Amino acid sequence: MAYSDKVIDHYENPRNVGSFDKGDDSIGTGMVGAPACGDVMKLQIKVGADGRIEDARFKTYGCGSAIASSSLITEWVKGKTLDEAATIKNTQIAEELSLPPVKIHCSILAEDAIKAAVEDYKKKHAQAAAREINEVKEEQRVA
Amino acid sequence: MKLPIYLDYSATTPVDPRVAQKMIPYLTEHFGNAASRSHAYGWKAEEAVEEARENVAALINADAKEIVWTSGATEGNNLAIKGAANFYKTKGKHLITQKTEHKAVLDTFRELERQGFEATYLEVQQNGLVDIEKFKAAIRPDTILASIMMVNNEIGVIQPVWEIAELCKAKGIIFHCDAVQGAGRVEIDMQKFKADLLTITAHKIYGPKGVGALYVRRKPRVRIEAQIHGGGHERGFRSGTLATHQIAGFGEAARLAKLEMAAENKRVGALRDRLWDKIKDMEEVYVNGDLERRIPHNLNVSFNFVEGESLIMAVKDIAVSSGSACTSASLEPSYVLRALGRSDELAHSSVRITLGRFTTEEDIDFAADLLRRKVEKLRELSPLWEMYKDGVDLNSVQWAAH
Repeated sequence: MAYSDKVIDHYENPRNVGSFDKGDDSIGTGMVGAPACGDVMKLQIKVGADGRIEDARFKTYGCGSAIASSSLITEWVKGKTLDEAATIKNTQIAEELSLPPVKIHCSILAEDAIKAAVEDYKKKHAQAAAREINEVKEEQRVA
Repeated sequence: MKLPIYLDYSATTPVDPRVAQKMIPYLTEHFGNAASRSHAYGWKAEEAVEEARENVAALINADAKEIVWTSGATEGNNLAIKGAANFYKTKGKHLITQKTEHKAVLDTFRELERQGFEATYLEVQQNGLVDIEKFKAAIRPDTILASIMMVNNEIGVIQPVWEIAELCKAKGIIFHCDAVQGAGRVEIDMQKFKADLLTITAHKIYGPKGVGALYVRRKPRVRIEAQIHGGGHERGFRSGTLATHQIAGFGEAARLAKLEMAAENKRVGALRDRLWDKIKDMEEVYVNGDLERRIPHNLNVSFNFVEGESLIMAVKDIAVSSGSACTSASLEPSYVLRALGRSDELAHSSVRITLGRFTTEEDIDFAADLLRRKVEKLRELSPLWEMYKDGVDLNSVQWAAH
């Protein structure tokens, strides 16, 4: 299969490879795919105090297009708000990387991964917020 | 060193320059039709065809009259299986094969099922070999034909076809053997091997693509129905003008294979072992298929937690093939590796490296070093490797299948 130059560039020089601490409150983690299907993508975002994505990391088990799709999306999400990041469409990734039809699923996976990471971050903070409210209530009750 | 280094000899082999030399005169000078009986052009072509027939027969210690030219292995397998099933269909309708056969056999069986035959597809053991006891158990009173390959194309294991042929002979079952990957690598002696039909092809033994042969036993005589009709060439088994230059090349390739097989197996086997020695100490590396009952040319390994297609891309300076069929649009991992009971991850992570006549020690050292470096790099990228290193049991994870 012939890969586009952009896929080869991202594949050979992947951007933002690595992991953040999953437990950190400023981190959202999305893991999508399955080994049985031949691709698993882990995407992490680090959200700043201003609610914007400061940094991103990925690790991907999959073909060259899957690796390139995840590398590209880590570049794109930086500086975006959570809602902006969640609106990135797989078609944009597929277009940027000139993915052939059989590799479209790689871009879908990247879209799912960023959505999952955003959701994870929001869930964490909803819980954290709920915890805080409970703690406040507890304090008030005790007082 | 010429890059990429060719390590995919089970897919096809280059034409040996000695073979190419033998072919050329039959394209330009001696271009006659072997079926032309009325002039010297035809006689010359026929002479070349018959000389080649002798050489191909000699490679498998058969009689030249038992060799039928075909266009290649796919046609050979089709002719043998459909031809025998159709000829003997009044005796019964049951056929036996096994799950790791080449598609040219499996799809032919499917077609026969569509026509009303019944087929049993035997499971293989974890080492890739057919269990003789299971084969015996699959035999029914109405079994007319069995087809088991000699050497598997993906994992290189050598099936117990000699024993199976004896069993079939005792039961009056026609036995076909796809020996495409075996010819020129495994000694085949049709005086001792009881197969009734045997498929071989030129382009796996340094001959040209587009020509093969089907061995059809004469003593006792095995009957098949022709699948291609026309001028009655090849004693009616396979009509069509003979491709003289291709056949001449096949004959020369067979002659060289017979001469050089023993020395070549030894040399190539040492190289294969050298390659394995250089990578076997890596973590989570598995050989697929039995390492003992195997042709010396094949090494099929899985690098766990690395996806096959990305590995192939990473090692683009060596031409190898992936057990993962991702490239062919389906996301299915190799059906052969799945049949061995390999997990999807391991099946997806496999690479088939096949060596041959022109492989050198330098090639092998280069390949081993490249594989080690790239696997390491891809594991750094792999979330599965990270989880494995963190002690996570991947089977316990709820994956979001897509």
